[in-house]
Amino acid sequence: MRLTELPLRQPAYVDLIDWDALTASDGQRLREFGLCEGASVEALHHGGLLGRGPIACKVGRMTIAMRRNHAAAIIVRTGPADAA
Amino acid sequence: MSSLPLVALVGNPNAGKSALFNALTGARQKLGNYPGVTVERKAGRLSLSDGRPLELVDLPGTYSLNPTSPDEQVTRDVVLGKQHGERLPDALVVVVDASNLDNHLRFALELIALGLPTVVALNMVDLATRDGLELDANILSRELGVPVISTVAVRKRGLDHLRTELDALFDGSVKARPSAAPLGFDALRSEARRIARAAVVRETPSRRLTAAVDRVALHPVAGLLLLLALLFIMFQAVYAWSEAPIAMIEGLAEAASSAASDALPDGLLRSFLVDGVINGVGSVVVFLPQILILFFFILMLEATGYMVRAAFLMDGLMARVGLSGRAFIPLLSSFACAVPGIMATRTISDPKDRLTTILIAPLMTCSARLPVYAVIIGAFIPARNVGLGIGLQGLVLFCLYIAGIIGAMLVALVLRLTVTKGASGGFLMEMPKYQWPRPQDIVLGLWQRAIIFLKRAGTIIFASTVILWLLLSFPKAPEDSAVSQVNYSVAGRIANGLNVVLEPIGFNRDISLALIPAMAAREVAVSALATVYSLDADEDEAKLERSLGDRLKDNWPLPTALAFLAWFVFAPQCISTIAVTKRETNGWRWPLFMIGYLFALAYAAAGLTYWTATAAGL
Repeated sequence: MRLTELPLRQPAYVDLIDWDALTASDGQRLREFGLCEGASVEALHHGGLLGRGPIACKVGRMTIAMRRNHAAAIIVRTGPADAA
Repeated sequence: MSSLPLVALVGNPNAGKSALFNALTGARQKLGNYPGVTVERKAGRLSLSDGRPLELVDLPGTYSLNPTSPDEQVTRDVVLGKQHGERLPDALVVVVDASNLDNHLRFALELIALGLPTVVALNMVDLATRDGLELDANILSRELGVPVISTVAVRKRGLDHLRTELDALFDGSVKARPSAAPLGFDALRSEARRIARAAVVRETPSRRLTAAVDRVALHPVAGLLLLLALLFIMFQAVYAWSEAPIAMIEGLAEAASSAASDALPDGLLRSFLVDGVINGVGSVVVFLPQILILFFFILMLEATGYMVRAAFLMDGLMARVGLSGRAFIPLLSSFACAVPGIMATRTISDPKDRLTTILIAPLMTCSARLPVYAVIIGAFIPARNVGLGIGLQGLVLFCLYIAGIIGAMLVALVLRLTVTKGASGGFLMEMPKYQWPRPQDIVLGLWQRAIIFLKRAGTIIFASTVILWLLLSFPKAPEDSAVSQVNYSVAGRIANGLNVVLEPIGFNRDISLALIPAMAAREVAVSALATVYSLDADEDEAKLERSLGDRLKDNWPLPTALAFLAWFVFAPQCISTIAVTKRETNGWRWPLFMIGYLFALAYAAAGLTYWTATAAGL
């Protein structure tokens, strides 16, 4: 499922990131925030009164905020981590 | 240029770099600019234990040596020795957040590989401990191959230890390391992760304060109410807390003014000192307490980590008008002053997004408008309680700020559909942990702001007041003239001409007169009015016993006062803002556009207010 659909406070792992859906600099920033295939991720808050705001999520030990178009490019999976 | 050994403080954003910089250099800081770019250069002095001085420079925080914005570019160029106007640092202090090692070590490894003498400051160890994380600095030091010092900016021990390590770097007892071949991003990341794991002694899950607070602070409803409440308290405090210090400054100004009146014979010199200098400059300096209160709140919001949360809450709205959520931070600093606000837009990477933010920044009510609002509200809005302990004056002030914000959002919407059309901006930010700010950092920030404000009062405001006094005092009206001195003077004649344009929106000659020198700085409008009314006062009127507010009340109808307030919501006049816009947008095109649209809006808003108020019989 996409990070936008991940229920709040349910630990998950990044399965795949559609880097092509992101601009080069946004992709770089996400990588610098520690987002990569296999990283642990947890959605913490959805912003905006009408559900159109950004998403705050925990990646490793960091909390980052991103808009929904970015979150939609991140495919996550719940359950145990891979050996990777 | 100073030829002291140069040490650069470098690290990720939110690694606590600035607090560490303040703790190491204290008040001995120098703010400047890198030549050719508008990135602030923050430098300070630091002494080694044998007394030898070093220059410590605080580089903008960045995540890697692969920059995405102009300030990150400076950091990269300085550590590579490529920055024009800056020498290659003799040593680096790499600051990493102890509770976010995985991430911060990656950049630290990238920096260590450069081969410069390096010390790593393992910062904010106290917050890591709070999060149940215990680290071994020795393991870290062994793995990284450079000294690692545990620091907490508030504690002296870590700082002394850091200084000792710098001693070692500069007395030659540390051998230079060869620079390593740069590793790729993924290799750096896995290396960072491996070292971080090795350095963690114990990790106990603990209740995190930040997560608990965020459940409320980022809640779509509760969080928004909290943000509004904070802003509301901020604007109420600007009035409530400032009464006593303002009374004190006013007392001082009155004492100075009557002392000057007593000591000097009636004549030009006395008029110059009393009407021009003391009344003019004094009427602006009196707002120092209110400006400091406003800055106090902004500095607190930044230092606690709340500012990014506010940006998160506002992002939905910002997205709707086509702006990046990041734009919220420069816009909020524009409440203090549009100049640093416009400079802070450098963190926005999309050029059109950034341009739109620059163009609407002057609509945020800057602190220079506060004196104008304060004097008009004080004179025309009764100090009533509207219930629940809310003062009417504070409420009106709050509404003026809101009017500026709504205006800015509408303008952004229109600009994004027309002149700055393009892809909508993004919002990608790290949310720092909450922390209690160090009182010293807040005091230092306030001190720097106070100095800047008083310098303005002593230079720009003083000069404009003096020039205005000259223009108002000459030529002298003949003794038996029916025309008043102000009307007879050069300034009065110019203002009477300008008044033809401004009369339809309810402005009188005195306002036209005040608006001209207010080009230099908005708050000059107040000192200009003070000078005009001080000079214009009747002979038998005891000059010093009536405040500017009382004089305005006698001379202005209410609709005029309201129109004046509405004008200042948009208030296009401010030379510094125009200059910084020209510098940031590389030309005259956008600043001219900005002046044009602001004047049009100011004129329309003042006119609508005046006509509505008059029609309503106010």
